[in-house]
Amino acid sequence: MEDTIAAIATAYGEGGIGIIRISGETALPLLEEIFEPFAQGEKPVNRKMTYGRIVDRQTGQTVDECLAVYMKGPRTYTAEDVVEIDCHGSVVSLRRTLELILRSGARMAEPGEFTKRAFLNGRIDLSQAEAVVDTVRAKTEKSHEAALSQLEGALSRQVRTIRAALLDLLVNVTVNLDYPDEDIEEITYDNLINQISLIGEMIEKLRATTATGRMIRDGIRVVIGGRPNVGKSSLMNGLLRESRAIVTDVPGTTRDTIEEVMDIRGIPVYLIDTAGIHDTEDRVEKLGIQRSRDAFEQADYIILVLDGSQPLQEEDEQLLAEIRGRKSLVLINKEDLGGRISPEDLKEILPGADVLTTSMATGSGITEVEDRIEELVYGGQLHQENSVLVTSVRHGELLRQAAEDLERGLAMARRREPLDLIEVDVRSAYDALGEMIGETVTDTVLDEVFSRFCLGK
Amino acid sequence: MDRYPMGQYDIIVIGAGHAGCEAGLAAARMGKRTLMLSINLEAVAMMACNPSIGGTGKGHLVREVDALGGQMGLNIDKTFIQSRMLNTAKGPAVHSLRAQADKNAYHAEMKRTLEEEPLLDLKQGEAVDLILEDGRACGVVLRTGAEYRAKAIILATGTFLGGKVFIGDSVYESGPNGMAPSTDLAERLKEYGLPMRRFKTGTPARALGESLHREKMTRQQGDETIVPFSFMNDELSRDQVDCWLTYTNEKTHQVIRENFGRSALFGGQIEGVGPRYCPSIEDKIHRFPDRARHQLFIEPEGLTTDEVYIQGMSSSLPEDVQEAFYRTIEGLEDLKIVRPAYAIEYDCIDPLALKATLENRAIGNLYCAGQFNGSSGYEEAAAQGLIAGINACLKLDDRDPLILDRSEAYIGVLIDDLVTKGTNEPYRIMTSRAEYRLLLRQDNADLRLTEKGYRVGLVDEERYRRYREKKDRLEREKARLADIVLQPEAVNPLLSSLGSTPVKTAVHLTDILRRPEISYGDTACLDPDRPALSRHESQALEVQIKYAGYIEKQLQQVEKFHRLESRALSESLDYGSIDGLRLEARQKLNERKPVSVGQASRISGVSPADINVLLIYLEKTRRQKAREEDSHE
Repeated sequence: MEDTIAAIATAYGEGGIGIIRISGETALPLLEEIFEPFAQGEKPVNRKMTYGRIVDRQTGQTVDECLAVYMKGPRTYTAEDVVEIDCHGSVVSLRRTLELILRSGARMAEPGEFTKRAFLNGRIDLSQAEAVVDTVRAKTEKSHEAALSQLEGALSRQVRTIRAALLDLLVNVTVNLDYPDEDIEEITYDNLINQISLIGEMIEKLRATTATGRMIRDGIRVVIGGRPNVGKSSLMNGLLRESRAIVTDVPGTTRDTIEEVMDIRGIPVYLIDTAGIHDTEDRVEKLGIQRSRDAFEQADYIILVLDGSQPLQEEDEQLLAEIRGRKSLVLINKEDLGGRISPEDLKEILPGADVLTTSMATGSGITEVEDRIEELVYGGQLHQENSVLVTSVRHGELLRQAAEDLERGLAMARRREPLDLIEVDVRSAYDALGEMIGETVTDTVLDEVFSRFCLGK
Repeated sequence: MDRYPMGQYDIIVIGAGHAGCEAGLAAARMGKRTLMLSINLEAVAMMACNPSIGGTGKGHLVREVDALGGQMGLNIDKTFIQSRMLNTAKGPAVHSLRAQADKNAYHAEMKRTLEEEPLLDLKQGEAVDLILEDGRACGVVLRTGAEYRAKAIILATGTFLGGKVFIGDSVYESGPNGMAPSTDLAERLKEYGLPMRRFKTGTPARALGESLHREKMTRQQGDETIVPFSFMNDELSRDQVDCWLTYTNEKTHQVIRENFGRSALFGGQIEGVGPRYCPSIEDKIHRFPDRARHQLFIEPEGLTTDEVYIQGMSSSLPEDVQEAFYRTIEGLEDLKIVRPAYAIEYDCIDPLALKATLENRAIGNLYCAGQFNGSSGYEEAAAQGLIAGINACLKLDDRDPLILDRSEAYIGVLIDDLVTKGTNEPYRIMTSRAEYRLLLRQDNADLRLTEKGYRVGLVDEERYRRYREKKDRLEREKARLADIVLQPEAVNPLLSSLGSTPVKTAVHLTDILRRPEISYGDTACLDPDRPALSRHESQALEVQIKYAGYIEKQLQQVEKFHRLESRALSESLDYGSIDGLRLEARQKLNERKPVSVGQASRISGVSPADINVLLIYLEKTRRQKAREEDSHE
């Protein structure tokens, strides 16, 4: 029997409904596991839409409200049991729901896999076989490219570093298992525990900091800074008008800052306006700077707004100095009121500054600000359809698997269980990371064994 | 030279080493009139290198050969002089049995077995050519001009084929251990277009035991309780001999370093590729210059000789250098070498030219096994010999071949690696090569394979009965244990006496058994109705219960693996005609003709996208065929 697969079936966009499709033997039990109809005692019925919520049983949290439908095979797209869940459209909830489904035992569908199954199960006519080949072929290759291009840079380097540490461990374990009579250092349980926990921490750290993954999942904090009356709240309102507000259970605004949560092109953004900082009774400038600094500290991205109708003030310069070395954007606002500040003026104080000239009054520049936020999250990659989202879910899933493997391995090592079982977990984590970077050649371990150890009769 | 007919057989095996013996015995036992040829009958089952059988991975192979009805396990059980179970602390999947053999006894015992096999003829003779007709192998020509005809030929030529020995700058044509080499056959095989290449291996010196200072070395004894290799033996007891452990030192390394220039290895005379896991001592010192010492074992070669084998010290340095560096080692100061160390280079085939049945792709009914296929080691050879022998018989009978997959046996891993991935060095099995190691344990080789061996007709009734009884006993006992529930007051005294956390509520006995600190034997006192199981059986049972979680996980992986493995690909399929396959994939697939989509997926150069295309193609042709059949009705 084929395993159960899941994926986001709709193209990724800003609005509308996102559909997650699940196909396979366990589609229905899986739905029942994560879905709770609103109507008391209701259960998903074949080919009937049910209204309810997606619940994470581990935390008891509601992930999303949705419509779900279960379709019993073979009269479905893939000829298997199929479940479709219409999420309310936020990328965050879509992503969380998919993650929950994967955690509950489904496997992330390979690109084109629904189509492939539809054909293999006789749902697509023979005459379309060539078209199916093309689709599957193209999707497989495209996603492979997307996966690799996603992984350029920092993430790829980090995965490689962790994988190298795992390889080290794996080589040591392997040589201990396969060469019992050799004059080599025996690996001890203390040693194993140390190394596995260290690598586990590295993975946890990566899971927490993976830029795109974390930002899409948890959102980003954007802090708006600047002197009073430069246009901070106009910027905030402008962004709010363009986007949809997200209802969340984030604690209320603080005394000094105004906080709004919005969905900018599928990215949850916590927008923090430092307006209140300067409106307190204590007008000592030092304190204003100090408070801005505190707010900046928490930011993933800082937007500093300057009043372009006036020359640069001392406080502007102090604020510019504060954001040096941080991911930031400087807006020279009120361009309609005359340009007293030019981008060149800023280069000295903030070398390499990203500067935009805007007018919040006329709304010019809002789109560019959104572009910048999007670019920050996706690292300048154009995200065609849902490839970026999908690959990042896939990466998240593989990292989760690796973390889980190591956790199990660690527990085994602590209980002094045999080395050959612990090896299974370490290797499994190694393979998961290999899949992330497209390297699954297993011979590496043996190559390393022979290059590092002097073995043999 | 006159050529003259000498007789007709079903199967001819060229070579009587570890591969040839299994191939010949399997063929004869499966009812085929079989001829086995060896350049020298003293080379039957000759242990040309170390006097031991088994070890990690290799011990598993011996168990599997035995479970299928092969001879190696029985032969070593009769002739071992020391036995050890290695890796007992490192987990059930890597427990590995290894035994020191009495070399002469091993040879003599195997030779006697061959002589007594009714349908088997053993003859001394050098094969110099094959007789081919219609692209099929159908006979052998000997050096003497004698021609033997047969329906299938099995090549198991070992290091005899094109053998060349290197000791310092002395290079001469020779087989192993001073035997004559086989020279002409290698040339013919090249002429017939087989992709041949050169590999090399080496062996250390043999010396007299009386010249050792054993008091300066560490004694290594055999296990008190002996675990037999063969599933046909329950208990064995025997007086065992000791091995001895000592180390090289800086002086040894200095002598070797000063003479690097005189080594054949560094002199450039050797073109063959040697194994990385079996380096010569000069190679070890060259590649690991920082190591202060290298370990070596002194292993007795048998009870009827005083010769010892110096494990860890193979070399191709000249004899004077050998004597000089061996004598720098503690305990070997007065060493009397009786056979010098040497390196040997030989011809072998690129195993990618073989099918998973071990039949040659280009020449029909020509089967290949052992070192000829690029492997190394007695056990690897025996495993392939057995499979080649079985498959030759099955083909002659027009029956389905025996192809073990990677989830069924180390034999499957070994052969799949060779014929699908190929090898760039003499291939040695290792437990880390197996994806489903926890399933491929040495304790359950019979449970995995004996049924298959019986079905092909190699396993005899006696072995089959033993297997059935063991299987039944284990299943009954597992079911019985699963029903036992224990109250805290009954189980807690035992738990605390073993330092295990007490329980608060009633527990299943099997849950208690999953605790690493509790053994099956420990719980006997809680379980008065327990039937008597042999030591083997209770160990096998314990592993199944203790590691059920991991085993279950691997079983699920295997199920997934089988989905592609079970999609058969026809040998006549022309991949060039399949739209959507990339050019490289078309070429590789046409070259290798994999037996299944699974095997295709392991060929380098075939991508996941190609596999999808292949699956869709298979479905398309299946439906087209079904439609045609419909329209004919």
